[in-house]
Amino acid sequence: MALVEIRDVYKSFTRGAEKIDVFAGLTLDVEQGNFTALMGPSGSGKSTLLNLIAGLDKPTSGTVRVNGSEVSAMTPTQLAGWRSENVGFVFQSFNLLPVLTAFQNVELPLLLTRLSKKDRDERIKIALGVVGLDDRMDHYPRQLSGGQEQRVAIARAIVADPTLVLLDEPTGQLDAKSSQEVLSLLARLNDEFGKTILIVTHDPAAAKRAKRQLHLEKGTFVEQAELVP
Amino acid sequence: MKFWTLLRANLGRHKRRTFLTITSVALALFLFASLRSVITTIGAAAQFGSARRLVTTNSTGFILPLPVAYANRLEAVPGMEKVTWANWFGGQYGDGKRFFATFAVDAKSYLDIYPEMSVPADQKEAFLRDKGGALIGARLVDLFGWKVGQNVTLRGTIFPGDWIFTIRGVYTPTDPSINDDALMFHYDYLDERTGHKGNVGWYILEIDKPDNAAQIAKTIDDQFKSSPYPTKTGTEQAFNASFATMWGNIGLLMNTIGLAVVFAILLVTANAMMMSARERTRELAVLKTIGYSDRLLFGLVLAEAGLITITGAILGLGAAKLLYRATNFNAAGFLPGFDVSWATIATGGVIAMVLMLASGIVPAMQAARLPVVAALRNVE
Amino acid sequence: MKIPISYNLRSMRARPVSTALTALGIALVVAVFIGMLALANGFASALVKTGSADNVLVLRKGADNEMSSSLDREASSILASVPQAARGDDGHALVSAESYVVIPLGRIEDTTGMANVVLRGVDAEAWKVRSNVKLTQGRLPASGQNELCLGAKLVGRFPNTAVGQSMTFAGRPWEVVCHFTAGGSAFESEMWGGSEQVMPALRRDNFQSVTLRLADPGAFEEVKRSLEADKRFTVDVHKESVFYAQQSQLLGNILRILAVLITSIMAVGAIFGAVNTMYAAVSSRMPEIAVLLTLGFKPRSVLASFLIESALIAFIGGVVGCLIALPLNGLVTSTTNWATFSEIAFAFRITPVLLLAGLVFAVVMGMLGGFFPARRASKVPVIQALR
Repeated sequence: MALVEIRDVYKSFTRGAEKIDVFAGLTLDVEQGNFTALMGPSGSGKSTLLNLIAGLDKPTSGTVRVNGSEVSAMTPTQLAGWRSENVGFVFQSFNLLPVLTAFQNVELPLLLTRLSKKDRDERIKIALGVVGLDDRMDHYPRQLSGGQEQRVAIARAIVADPTLVLLDEPTGQLDAKSSQEVLSLLARLNDEFGKTILIVTHDPAAAKRAKRQLHLEKGTFVEQAELVP
Repeated sequence: MKFWTLLRANLGRHKRRTFLTITSVALALFLFASLRSVITTIGAAAQFGSARRLVTTNSTGFILPLPVAYANRLEAVPGMEKVTWANWFGGQYGDGKRFFATFAVDAKSYLDIYPEMSVPADQKEAFLRDKGGALIGARLVDLFGWKVGQNVTLRGTIFPGDWIFTIRGVYTPTDPSINDDALMFHYDYLDERTGHKGNVGWYILEIDKPDNAAQIAKTIDDQFKSSPYPTKTGTEQAFNASFATMWGNIGLLMNTIGLAVVFAILLVTANAMMMSARERTRELAVLKTIGYSDRLLFGLVLAEAGLITITGAILGLGAAKLLYRATNFNAAGFLPGFDVSWATIATGGVIAMVLMLASGIVPAMQAARLPVVAALRNVE
Repeated sequence: MKIPISYNLRSMRARPVSTALTALGIALVVAVFIGMLALANGFASALVKTGSADNVLVLRKGADNEMSSSLDREASSILASVPQAARGDDGHALVSAESYVVIPLGRIEDTTGMANVVLRGVDAEAWKVRSNVKLTQGRLPASGQNELCLGAKLVGRFPNTAVGQSMTFAGRPWEVVCHFTAGGSAFESEMWGGSEQVMPALRRDNFQSVTLRLADPGAFEEVKRSLEADKRFTVDVHKESVFYAQQSQLLGNILRILAVLITSIMAVGAIFGAVNTMYAAVSSRMPEIAVLLTLGFKPRSVLASFLIESALIAFIGGVVGCLIALPLNGLVTSTTNWATFSEIAFAFRITPVLLLAGLVFAVVMGMLGGFFPARRASKVPVIQALR
């Protein structure tokens, strides 16, 4: 069984009087431990696919299974709980809470668990250590560079040890050097820690780091390239 | 609780706004507590009275006199233990701007019947011995700087002329509902100087058992019904209660203003909460992606509103309770024993809760219902 | 160059809820302000209207209200023959010796609620000495009868006050034979009966006061001097209007102080609300402000514009507050005037000046609240605002 199983998924939006079909009968498997890049032009539905996998959106028809659970059939309350345990999400614009320090931002997912403060603090330090920012724990986002902010966001995404790490254009607002730092980090998370990563991106450099590339065009996969057998 | 950091950080986002809103809530609840306490103080005074004490006044109108000769006949009534009397003197001191009660009393029996007026033994002796002496309430010492042994001159309004008294003692009430700013002197002194008319303002009686009150009252009033000075006798509590009603509709006035105050503050708080919520849609969406449930976010927003209102409540209600105590406020004698009761504080707490709900419910619901994907898309 | 008001109006409409909440908060403060001062006004004016500048009120020396005074019959008849007194159409001197007492009566809605109602014992001259007193129903009490004439404000608020009904006090029934008005003054809260009936009922032989109308109001000082120097009695001579006005001071001052205290505290809250709103408005309009500044509007104009906006919001609130308070006008309420220990009923009195004061108060609140936010808006460095 694949970690992510997408079966025959249809998704359409109505904008005004128009009905826009994003996917028509999409099927996809993502195996545990994959590092997959999802690419395609604007409007091809890359972000929508990510949202469906994270349970942030529901398909019009078809099923989405992650780690055995049918995400497409859960209630919003169930999804919230499921997401807190299974998904780490990283955004293009970092989306750190400006009123919290890096440490406190990374703590956010752990507040949903029953861990004691001591256990929480330990995990946060580990996560920040992995992303190489343990010396900036008490800095506020405004005191960090773009690359550093994104690394904090990644720490936040992995601190609860989720099954899946999803990233939507994570290097979109970063310069070349910061992008490299972030992508190296992702590669390490996949190689050393075995995290399953799915990254939506325009950036060919990012795509190159992934082990598998999917091209999405007008709602269907156009080509799949396995870079690593 | 573990979300404390998040809540505090959110409130600290706009420190000035948080400060102003909390201060507004504090001021409003301070005002509310003050207004409500006027009502409760008047109510408490209305309830004051020993169950064994009765008051007898002229039934035609209590400003009309009763003969001092009634005293003997009252003492003879079965069940009667003590009898004393008093006259309203209506004296003014200095420019008369600060009003205080002045009475002529049958000193020994009066102090006997009112153990709630505590006087040091030596002062009591001195007062009883000096017919021209006066007993003053502790507050008058603070107000006018009077000292024991000093002479004071009062200007009579009902009994014309200047009246000189020697202060022989200071009384302290053991019950807050008793005025601590009255001046008492000897009835005999008044009677002598006004030509031995033998007029008494009212009688205070102490009976053996409270259960007999109604029956004894009826006996007395029947006895004097057809005389030139008919009487009306009732419990001390009933007497005080009817005084309280003389204020008129003050309860309605205070409650109406109190309502307006609470409503006004609700508007301020709701406005502040709404502004905060509007600015945070993106962050709420991010929390939802992390896995914060709708219910949790609902609760967090409400808790934020609660922190503001409860902090404001503690400050405002606390300030009211402490301030009036510390300044010994009694509205220049009109509201003796003025105090912010625990019941009032509890009501204030309930109002803070209601404020929390009313100001937070809409933003909380909006947070719960926030469509994550749409909110994120607007922002990306 | 001034920023047009239409800009402010459009901005207010773009944030309708915030604007409305702020305006409403100010409205409530203004309503309480107007309401409480109308209460104080009504009370004071009832008493001020009670006395006439043409009349002289004589009380025993030292008495601070009619109830404390006592004038024996001899003194009263001497006072009645004061030469400066005016004469009525029938040639009689317009002098009225009166008895004054308060009788506790139970109010109609709750008879345990006591009110000290004034009972005034008068003779035929009293009705003429007081020019503002007019019968509205019935006929004057006949001499020798236990009959009462009731002031308009007593009717309906106490039991058995209709003409023809009978009230009981002092151990006997009194038939209500007429109602009277007295220009909204304190007399309307009184019961008037013949003094020859009232005084024996009270076991009294002395009057409390003598009131006389001066033929020449300018003769007051002369009359005062001669009467107060007269060795046959010891009296204080007051101008009736001044005396009654003084009786309103205690409670009137209390009400006014309360009004100021309460509305001040409320005002602080409302101002804070306005501050919050205006700061948020300025924050969200930073780009617009930058545009205005680049277009050449001076920072001073930006300051003025935001001040005007907060003044506008406050003004709307003030108008709403006036509207909320307006129904109170004419509402009759009653309390005990502690200065006289007697019940007085009076109506809330809202004057145009009071409404104007309310509006000015509102605008001041708004401008105080808007000042710092407006200053922040005017100090915005253009680059930062455009970011």
